[in-house]
Amino acid sequence: MNEPAIALSGIAKSFGPVQAIRNASLTIANSEIHALMGENGAGKSTLMRVLAGMFTPDGGSAHVEGRDVTGWDTKAAIAAGVGMVHQHFMLVPTLTVAENVMLGREMTKGVSLDRAGAEDAVRALCERTGLAVDPARRVADLSVGEAQRVEILKVLFRGARILILDEPTAVLSPPEVQELWRVLRTLRANGGTVVLITHKLDEVIDISDTITVMRAGETVGRMATAGTTPSDIARAMVGREVSLAKRVASGVVVPPQATPRFEVRDLSVRGPTRARAVDHVSFTVQAGEIFGIAGVEGNGQTELIEALAGLRSCESGSILLDGRAIQSCVVSERIDLGLAHIPEDRHLRGLVLDYSIADNLIMGRQHQYAGAWSLDGARVAANAGAQVAKFDIRPADATLPARALSGGNQQKIVIARELGGERWPSVILASQPTRGVDVGAIEFIHARLRAARDAGAAVVLVSADLGEVIALSTRVAVMYGGTFVTIVNGDDATPLALGPWMTGAIKSGDAKAGTATAGAA
Amino acid sequence: MSDRAVRWDEALLPPAMALAIALVVGDVLILAFGQSPGHVFGILLEGTWGNAYGFGQTLYKATTLVCTGLAVAIPLRAGLFNIGAESQLAAGGFAAGVAGIVLPAGMPWPLAALVCLVAAAIGGGLVGAVPGALKAKFGASEVIVTIMLNFVVLAFLNWIVAAKLHVPDSLHTAEIAAGGIPRFADFTLAFRGSAANLTLLVALTLAAACWWFLFRTKGGYELRAVGLQPEAAENGGIPLGRTWFRAMLIGGALAGVGGINYVLGYKHYYEEGFGSGTGYMGIAVALVGRNHPAGIVLSALLFATLSQGGLAVNAIVPKQMMEVLQAVVILAVAVSAPEVKRVLRASAKTNA
Repeated sequence: MNEPAIALSGIAKSFGPVQAIRNASLTIANSEIHALMGENGAGKSTLMRVLAGMFTPDGGSAHVEGRDVTGWDTKAAIAAGVGMVHQHFMLVPTLTVAENVMLGREMTKGVSLDRAGAEDAVRALCERTGLAVDPARRVADLSVGEAQRVEILKVLFRGARILILDEPTAVLSPPEVQELWRVLRTLRANGGTVVLITHKLDEVIDISDTITVMRAGETVGRMATAGTTPSDIARAMVGREVSLAKRVASGVVVPPQATPRFEVRDLSVRGPTRARAVDHVSFTVQAGEIFGIAGVEGNGQTELIEALAGLRSCESGSILLDGRAIQSCVVSERIDLGLAHIPEDRHLRGLVLDYSIADNLIMGRQHQYAGAWSLDGARVAANAGAQVAKFDIRPADATLPARALSGGNQQKIVIARELGGERWPSVILASQPTRGVDVGAIEFIHARLRAARDAGAAVVLVSADLGEVIALSTRVAVMYGGTFVTIVNGDDATPLALGPWMTGAIKSGDAKAGTATAGAA
Repeated sequence: MSDRAVRWDEALLPPAMALAIALVVGDVLILAFGQSPGHVFGILLEGTWGNAYGFGQTLYKATTLVCTGLAVAIPLRAGLFNIGAESQLAAGGFAAGVAGIVLPAGMPWPLAALVCLVAAAIGGGLVGAVPGALKAKFGASEVIVTIMLNFVVLAFLNWIVAAKLHVPDSLHTAEIAAGGIPRFADFTLAFRGSAANLTLLVALTLAAACWWFLFRTKGGYELRAVGLQPEAAENGGIPLGRTWFRAMLIGGALAGVGGINYVLGYKHYYEEGFGSGTGYMGIAVALVGRNHPAGIVLSALLFATLSQGGLAVNAIVPKQMMEVLQAVVILAVAVSAPEVKRVLRASAKTNA
């Protein structure tokens, strides 16, 4: 009975010339919550997909509850009680929760579906596990957190005793994360085993019993969570000492200037569906200030930043840069006025992936390199050489297409272009600046943003990572349903204080109550 | 510059493969007609590259195809499918023909030819500019607008020639007074009878200019960025609408200049239906040439060879067989060309 739930040893898997995992070994005991940590691209998801039967390993062996299951398929894995919840949901939005849960395992009554029976079965499962969601509701009407619960229910409904969760908290607000932890602890108490793939350090300390760290396709360490500190894990993940994002009190009080660097007055913006995504938002950012915008994704942050950058038209309101109204300026005029933009999706907006590093480094500034008949290739190359060296972009060959680089290095191209010029920009719009980049690059990007702030730039920071917003911001606004529901000083911003605002548990209407809560926290 | 990001093996492999597949299919077809493939391909080569007349005809056909191929390639680099090269070519030829009639007969030919060339570029450019403007202003699908415009423009030109400008008992305009472009036969007797003329040099110059524009200038940098990733280009301050308009304008003008090959270089008048599919064939030329000006020159020569070679082998196998081979080349390249997939994906997204 002392067989480990999972024992993987020496697993290797490559995709074409890319060796995703080379020598990964993992032992997970029964009824534990095990965290699989590592930077992006370290091979965590690939290893777990091997375990779930989605990939056949090139080498090594896999045992589940003592049985050799090397190279099995998803069907066999599900039958053996191994289920995986993916980062991207795979639900049919027009069906109800119960219908989604029984999809592929439909309960029937004669020739028709047994909807009532399915709903009862799902309800029973909800009660047993503590996953609260109404089985009769349509998935399209659920919040992201609820949709995730449905995904977990789906896996459990198929009899999973070993549950693999891939980055489950990426889309959740802090209270939803706490709720998830409660569910996972219940599962563990009932004899279930949980593998949690993540790269967030504090989560791991919170919830896990044991940690395995992966780096560059190999498992490099296994530790018991008790007695481990975040810096220990970070060191194992990166392979060197890193300074974690901690709030550094700048000590500088920014005096309000007569003309703020950046001011947004009563701005309304319509989203892609023509619904109003940003609803009468106003704020000012002084020179030397980082203004953080926290919130669960999809509450208007994207539309707000796009409108500020000139990529989306404003319905009403005004945007002032050094007192000058820019809401009707096109993107290139805003760039020339000193507005820098680090877009949330570098693969879509940040980079032309098929352009070389050098060409990407002049995007938006190409007219500065244009001669009478052609772009000045020598100056483009010189600029690229200087930026590649200054920002340590690897590989250091500026003729390579941006597509060939890792996420962190791609983001460095964007950062170098936006923040690496001879003059600091006046205003920086930084949207998810560290999404999907490794710990080392995060440290670097944070340092650049702080340096820009100290040089007198006004920074608007949007991030789904609450820790990042809190660590960097002078002031923090919480965006919910297209408006700023609260704005607090950076020193007063804690996950506990901001969490209720992020979920809409407190609305702007109860502003007084909210301030009281924030003060108390 | 990002030119270097284009790898030669990646650029050359798909067309080479396509050609190999076409050769195999061609062998099978020839065998089906009871002929020896070696013999037929021998006649084909002899009739196109083996004698001065056939070579001249091949060059003549390639000249127009270079222009229409570039006319498709430039908009495609900006992410737009220009299906309208057929009518842009006709409009360019018509404008050149009318300009040639109007100009005084005594005008020196280089000057007159230049005026006609500019007229052709304006004529084709106008036809290209309409779908460009509609795309930029209203997001109208350039595929649909250019297809529809082909019918409108060709019908209009047919009407105006038939109603106002034709020579009695014919479907062509009066012969041009000035602006005729010398044929190669005027310099070397060997080319006698073939229609090859100095327009070939114009087409090659345009191909070189397109290369320079695409890969060396700010305009080309912006145009390609819009085609590769419109969202990123927009974020870099490049106006999408203006770039689309400019690409269609340039494309139309390039096709229009192609019209002078026939009107100034060959017949010396505009005639209804002179394009006879060369505009549409430009799509195939651009795809097989991978939207690269050098590739387009090569693929124009290939398609011209197949077309002229069809006439050479007509005595022993039907010339339609060569059309089948052209179709095989197009299909093979289209399946392998990443550009096609990207543009189709992008247009599916914008039309959704």
